[in-house]
Amino acid sequence: MSFLSIRNLSVRLKKGPPLLRRVSLDVAAGEVRGLVGESGAGKSMIGKAVLGILPPSIEVTGGEILLDGVDLLRLPPALRRRRIGALCALIPQDPLTALNPSHRIGPQITDRLVDILGWTRADADRRARELLAEVQIPDPERVLRSYPHELSGGMRQRILIASAFAAEPKLIVADEPTTALDVTVQKQILKLIAGMQARHGTALLFVTHDLGVVSKVCQHLSVLYAGMVVEDTSVADFFAAPRHAYSAALLAATPKYTDPSAGLIPVPEAVIAAVQAEVAAFDRSLADG
Amino acid sequence: MHEARAIDGRSLVRRRAGLRLWLSAGWLGLLCVATLFAPWIAPKDPLAQDLFLGRLPPFWMAGAEPGYWLGTDSLGRDVLSRIIHGARVALAVALIAGTITCLVGATLGLLAGFLRGWVDMVISRLIDIWMAFPPVLFSILLIAVLGPGLWSIIIAIVVIDWTRFARVVRAEAMAQGAMDYVASARVAGRGRLGTMMREILPNVLPTIVVLLTLEMGIAVIVEAILSFVNLSISTDDPTWGGMISEGRTSVHQAWWVLVFPLVTLFLTVLAFSQLGEGLKDRFDPVLR
Amino acid sequence: MADLYSIETLSLSLADMTAKPLFGAAPHIQILRGLSFTIPRGAVVGIVGGSGSGKSTLGRALVRLLEPSGGQIRFDGTDITHLPEAALRPLRRRFQMIFQDPMSSLNPRHRVGTIIAEPLRLHGFQAIPDRVARALEQVGLPQSFVTRYPHELSGGQRQRVGIARAIALEPDFILADEIVSGLDVSSQAQVLNLLERLVRDLGLTLAFISHDLSVIRRLCQRTIVLHRGEIVEDRPTADLFADPQAAYTRELLEAIPLPDPAQVWT
Repeated sequence: MSFLSIRNLSVRLKKGPPLLRRVSLDVAAGEVRGLVGESGAGKSMIGKAVLGILPPSIEVTGGEILLDGVDLLRLPPALRRRRIGALCALIPQDPLTALNPSHRIGPQITDRLVDILGWTRADADRRARELLAEVQIPDPERVLRSYPHELSGGMRQRILIASAFAAEPKLIVADEPTTALDVTVQKQILKLIAGMQARHGTALLFVTHDLGVVSKVCQHLSVLYAGMVVEDTSVADFFAAPRHAYSAALLAATPKYTDPSAGLIPVPEAVIAAVQAEVAAFDRSLADG
Repeated sequence: MHEARAIDGRSLVRRRAGLRLWLSAGWLGLLCVATLFAPWIAPKDPLAQDLFLGRLPPFWMAGAEPGYWLGTDSLGRDVLSRIIHGARVALAVALIAGTITCLVGATLGLLAGFLRGWVDMVISRLIDIWMAFPPVLFSILLIAVLGPGLWSIIIAIVVIDWTRFARVVRAEAMAQGAMDYVASARVAGRGRLGTMMREILPNVLPTIVVLLTLEMGIAVIVEAILSFVNLSISTDDPTWGGMISEGRTSVHQAWWVLVFPLVTLFLTVLAFSQLGEGLKDRFDPVLR
Repeated sequence: MADLYSIETLSLSLADMTAKPLFGAAPHIQILRGLSFTIPRGAVVGIVGGSGSGKSTLGRALVRLLEPSGGQIRFDGTDITHLPEAALRPLRRRFQMIFQDPMSSLNPRHRVGTIIAEPLRLHGFQAIPDRVARALEQVGLPQSFVTRYPHELSGGQRQRVGIARAIALEPDFILADEIVSGLDVSSQAQVLNLLERLVRDLGLTLAFISHDLSVIRRLCQRTIVLHRGEIVEDRPTADLFADPQAAYTRELLEAIPLPDPAQVWT
């Protein structure tokens, strides 16, 4: 059975338009699933819904989020938070703002372990050092004592990755973790994430708009448009022959440096019209049914 | 979804802002009417004393005298009429002192924040040194030197509070100055002064508007404090602060003498601050 | 064909304000170290590098948003390296810039029409409303956008307004600083295709700054690779990709994740 199973999740702006339209997807234990789509498609929203961090202006209107068999949406808030805290973690997008500028690095990794998960200070400190070594940070002692602004973007992202793996979560949501990074740093970080994920056997929900990144890290992917899943397939099948016209158009728009004539074809009007018609039909069926 | 706008809860903000704007503007409008037409709309002469009519309660209580809606003070003067006349001083101070403080402070802040360099250094040092003076003592000292009077109060407020504007506007101007649209104006060939007025100022204006209305509220309070300690205008014209001061002595026998001017003062200051917020939201194209 | 830009041993250093002592000047960080290259008229040159390479600084030096600390920049024969602002202003019409962040590069409190018209007014153009209308048409935006505010537009549309603003002045040269980095892959494609067409139709010279080699490959005839403030490669694009000479160029190429699971990515 899948570790994470989302069934018909619908989410909308309070008294406003729908943002997720009956999204369903599975992530097996130890597997990496990509969530792909353009901005506004709702891919970040899914990750936030799973972690219980949707903004207050947004509400869930239906569906289930089964985490290791238990539906998070049916749990009382305190229990939900505890379960999510014990089983999940987040690798956020922006390493600049994700770390508290007023605290040193060390406490930012260990505080969560000690205060929320009940570890001893000694265990937490040891774990922090292990993790920094695992993410290949040179001179971990100095880094633990440093403040975020004293470190580079790549280093900060490594620390965030280390933090995410600290409590051995079963599922990590990575929300565009390399979008803000240089291409050479991105490669190192992606290899790091992929390596750690394989080593720790963690399931990974990887949100990105970059199809190149998906092909390197993910085994399965879901393509989203306007909060609706338009394709759900394995990475191998997708890049060989995407089934949905919109997915094919996204692929055609992506430039490839190996082929100067490839890519940079905007999604054709006809394809947009077709997929928007699908969304409209979906909304109508909801209203009727 | 294609070419869609950002999702947010802006419509909710707009609705709340509308109500806030109307209520505060309504109250302040009422005060303006009171200021302009006080001699005609005040039911009684605010200075007329009649010891036989001393300490009469407001109209809904037993023992009230018709015509004295909010009661009388210990000297038989009509509380309502005194409040209406007191609005004249309060609003005059608020509008004049607020505006001058805003002009002085915002201009210096804008110049410092945008031009940077030695202009910023000089103005910033000036602000730091200026803010080191304790404001209340400073104002009392100023009044003592200038003598009591409306213009003394106004000058005192301007002299003390311009730094509030300057600091905040400077920070805003600096933040806006770092934006790409400012660089774009330079690339297009605009000079520094032109950029400051045309590009930076419109983006700093919402902050200035809020500060201005806040300052008006503060000016009203400062005037009330000064008249409380008898350092305000020199004539016998009623002021809210003065009424509060006098009302302290009879608070047990005639609470209304203290409470009504106090409530009026409170509502006025509240109205100013809400007006600022409401105006800012209304006229900001980004939020519409 | 004469060179539009001629750059010789260009150096630029900026004050490091975070290391400024209480009294005295801040120490300077050397960002550009003695760059030399030319940009012929009509060329489309890509400038590539990682963060910290100095590519944005170089771009800003070319349009004189920053003043070089050493070396020389000649624009169409005129030495603009240390030209004072007053003398620079009439020249500015001929070299324009499009910025990276569509959110902050348009004044949020000006309407689109005003944003495009302002530079025209500054340089004393006539028939401004007609020129604004034509600029909008050239970038494929509807005329009704003249009265809109930037926050009412999408990222791709805002970038097109930025392009309209730049081309309305009929410049000789445009610097595009990472103009598609924040955009969706489809909007990116639209903006780049538009730029390609405009360069062709208007005979523009273009310098295109990017960290994305795939985009550079498609758009630029020549590519300059910057690393730590120095030029490590300056060659025709096809040659550079066929046979990258500098180690850093190879590193950049190897880091790119292609949308192809079969790519060997070690």
